[in-house]
Amino acid sequence: MDIQTWTWIIVGLTFALYIGIAIWSRASSTGDFYVAGKGVHPIANGLATAADWMSAASFISMAGLISFSGYDGSVYLMGWTGGYVLLALLLAPYLRKFGKFTVPDFIGDRYYSNVARIVAVLCALLVSFTYVAGQMRGVGLVFSRFLEVNINTGVFIGMFIVLFYAVLGGMKGITYTQVAQYCVLIFAFMVPAIFISIQMTGNPIPQIGFGSTGADGVYLLDKLDGLHRELGFHEYTSGSKAKIDVFFITAALMIGTAGLPHVIVRFFTVKKVSDARKSAGWALLFIAVLYTTAPAIAVFARTNMIETVNNKTREELPQWFNNWETTGLITFEDKNVDGRIQYVADAAKNELTIDQDIMVLANPEIARLPNWIIALVAAGGLAAALSTAAGLLLVISSSISHDVIKKIIKPSITEKGELVAARLSAIVAVVIAGYFGINPPDFVAATVALAFGLAAASFFPAIILGIFYKRMNKEGAIAGMIVGISLMLYYMLRFKFDWFGGGTKEDWWWGISPEGFGTVAMIINFIVSVTVSLFTPKPPKEVQQIVDDIRIPSNAGEAHVH
Amino acid sequence: MSAASHKKYWKQNLKYLIVLLVIWFLVSYVFGILFVEQLNTIKFGGFKLGFWFAQQGSIYVFVILIFVYIRLMNRLDKKYRLED
Repeated sequence: MDIQTWTWIIVGLTFALYIGIAIWSRASSTGDFYVAGKGVHPIANGLATAADWMSAASFISMAGLISFSGYDGSVYLMGWTGGYVLLALLLAPYLRKFGKFTVPDFIGDRYYSNVARIVAVLCALLVSFTYVAGQMRGVGLVFSRFLEVNINTGVFIGMFIVLFYAVLGGMKGITYTQVAQYCVLIFAFMVPAIFISIQMTGNPIPQIGFGSTGADGVYLLDKLDGLHRELGFHEYTSGSKAKIDVFFITAALMIGTAGLPHVIVRFFTVKKVSDARKSAGWALLFIAVLYTTAPAIAVFARTNMIETVNNKTREELPQWFNNWETTGLITFEDKNVDGRIQYVADAAKNELTIDQDIMVLANPEIARLPNWIIALVAAGGLAAALSTAAGLLLVISSSISHDVIKKIIKPSITEKGELVAARLSAIVAVVIAGYFGINPPDFVAATVALAFGLAAASFFPAIILGIFYKRMNKEGAIAGMIVGISLMLYYMLRFKFDWFGGGTKEDWWWGISPEGFGTVAMIINFIVSVTVSLFTPKPPKEVQQIVDDIRIPSNAGEAHVH
Repeated sequence: MSAASHKKYWKQNLKYLIVLLVIWFLVSYVFGILFVEQLNTIKFGGFKLGFWFAQQGSIYVFVILIFVYIRLMNRLDKKYRLED
């Protein structure tokens, strides 16, 4: 069977599975809709969190990104996993003990203020919308690449599927489809990786394989460093970025991860505090499977690619080269007209451009794996994009129906009315996300990475101080959040979009890129919050009581405020 | 449960947090970023040590840290009879 037929069959089967799960796990109350009735098993929640977390970017782009940047790509590996340590140790158990539905819920109650609640809602919406647009685009891309349908049709199909299970099932439906999606995406990621590792090093475990020797007896990484030197690139295993920037980007990604509302809310869905800790552990374990394999794939793909194409004539090139050349993702321009491909660091002499996204997608073809595996990779990419999109849409819809409508505009709304409002806002959110997927504003790609900076600069300090610093009051938290997010927005707009006079790399403050600036904005948020709180009144007694209460896992003998 | 014993429980929790977060910082920021060149002079198998910490080792340690924390806290909860 050809790749197309296989892809339709496998994608069709996985979609049928997701819809089946959604029908089986319909939400019947707001508790079901927002937090899956708080009855999810920690391992199931770990699986769901992992799928929720790993987006189209993790699945499709990350290995390619590392492949082209070598050591510098470590910022994503450490940054997108290290945040779970912060989540498990500093946030998840306490927020679960607090026991409401959303992050703005916590901010609003802990800081006894609807202003704080609204600031938190705005931050949540800003972070989630920038993120979700990229996911819908990812769905469209996979459809167009593998099934040769129009990219917009792809977005529509994706919208329909997400709409179906998010609106019907709410958090409950999303959770159990995400469990299935994790299984699909990890299988699709690992199978080609294992095959390629065996082909190149004889070792079936990619994590060990990329530190082993190839058929010629030379260590793979040494060979790759050598190839890089020969072609004029910086060594694969050492970096080209400034150390301070690597440090700050890693920190911004870690802290941003811990501050992302769609990740935090997953810890509200388990039964008890100890389960919240456990599910963070399981989540990171499941994520680590993909994140430790990605750098191995990066090395295999990079070595394979250079050896297959460099200095070859067109006739010597394999079939996959032509396949991807027709999509425009590989281009070959014979500048010195010798009929051979020169792939070198020097831009004036380099004749080959390769889109980093195809590293994972083309990998099975490069390694000449059977067609069903190529189809599997398409299904895995879709699972990654859909699961993340659904998690984000739920945050958006619950922010609107719960935090805005129920808590601010119309507190008298009935449970039934709120559930209807939640479903309607989910529909609106899907439509808006779909619109951005079809007409992507050019800032989407740039802002997805910056969503982490925004989350780090806004939520993280307010939540941490809310738990660990009893003296923290509403004036401090609000001032901190506003200063933090404004500073991050200013820096991002100035250096990414040329507003406020723009500027180049030389103008960066302390040599820190906009991607790493979230760390700076977060530190300033902390300083402003604490300073302002020291000059304003203490929080009321009952709020201090809330803080005492969330610090212990059980409610043994303590009076409860909420 | 008295307020005093809650305070003790919280203090012990903070102690665990500090130790675990120091290790967290060490394997990623210190081994993987700040002293990566120095560690890269050491090799095991095909890996340079600093590079390995940045792309593999730190992630393994992160997973272990969380599971250690889960164990420590479960034991602490039991000791103070705070299991929920």
